[in-house]
Amino acid sequence: MYQTGQHAVPDGAGPLVRPYAMTHGRTRPSSDNFDLIALVVAADVPTPTVGLEPEHHVVLRLAQQPISVAEIAAHADLPVGVVRILLDDLRAGGCVQVKAPMSVAKMPNTRVLRAVINGLRAL
Amino acid sequence: MDEIPYAIKILIAGGFGAGKTTMVGSVSEIEPLRTEEVITAESVGIDDLAGVEEKTTTTVAMDFGRITLNDGLVLYLFGTPGQDRFWFMWDELSLGAVGAVVLADTRRLADCFPSIDYFEQRGTPFIVAVNCFDGAKQYRTEDVRIALDLDDHVPVLLCDARKRESSKSVLITLVEYVLQRFSGELENTSEVMA
Ligand SMILES: Nc1nc2c(ncn2[C@@H]2O[C@H](COP(=O)(O)OP(=O)(O)OP(=O)(O)O)[C@@H](O)[C@H]2O)c(=O)[nH]1
Ligand SMILES: [Mg+2]
Repeated sequence: MYQTGQHAVPDGAGPLVRPYAMTHGRTRPSSDNFDLIALVVAADVPTPTVGLEPEHHVVLRLAQQPISVAEIAAHADLPVGVVRILLDDLRAGGCVQVKAPMSVAKMPNTRVLRAVINGLRAL
Repeated sequence: MDEIPYAIKILIAGGFGAGKTTMVGSVSEIEPLRTEEVITAESVGIDDLAGVEEKTTTTVAMDFGRITLNDGLVLYLFGTPGQDRFWFMWDELSLGAVGAVVLADTRRLADCFPSIDYFEQRGTPFIVAVNCFDGAKQYRTEDVRIALDLDDHVPVLLCDARKRESSKSVLITLVEYVLQRFSGELENTSEVMA
């Protein structure tokens, strides 16, 4: 677990020296934000042998089966923001596929809601 | 990308110690996980952490669990982080959510007011589940409804967050309620919920 406030950086970049370095100083992904429950799966391509940090490989290993951004963060023990940046790199390199969650609030879908009820009843 | 399921989420809210993590754990197919979001004052915005002068960072921890509903649908349950201070995190969590369960502890009923106010203002469908703690006075759901000043259409039910079947029926009640509301809007029929 990363301790906050222990290695404060004078320029205000934040205390997370290691993740900050790992992400090459970026604090947010360049493209759209990955939702906490966006599902990620490693693409069926050879893993690049250069240009990836060890943490990228951790993410790829976790994403052999579809897995949410939140689960990746929890299993890799990394803050969600760092995972988002790693995923941004991996997606740019074609190494992962990412599926945005279904926004039930924005697109009410009675068929999906019935499937949820049936799924819960069957548990 | 057909092989990737769709993910949806439900929030479990309520006051400190109301049983949020317990409920997530009782129905989740995985041990509840904890993830951390590091927030800088910049992203906190003006409406939170009032009076923050410098860039500071705060860590918000969230508990969550997972339920695979079928091949194409995965439900995530998020216990909301502490009330009052982390509203920006709630904004992210409630975005797109199916709805929310507000856990009420009858020993401290007022503790769930902030959650209820939040979901009412945001228009997120929610139900109130009264967690039956040992030794706490038993209330009727109608008394809780009055005490919390809930609209008539908001379901209120008693539960035991430690019990899987009880937590399951809380979730089913929420989704049936959401379905009823959507059906009302879309098909202009109100009697979907039996
Ligand atoms: N008797 C009884 N005890 C419960 C119930 N739900 C939770 N508890 C107990 O209440 C305590 C607090 O539960 P938690 O699940 O940690 O509550 P929480 O809302 O996650 O708490 P915070 O995250 O600290 O706000 C634990 O000791 C639980 O075992 C219930 O339905 N009945
Ligand atoms: Mg908790």
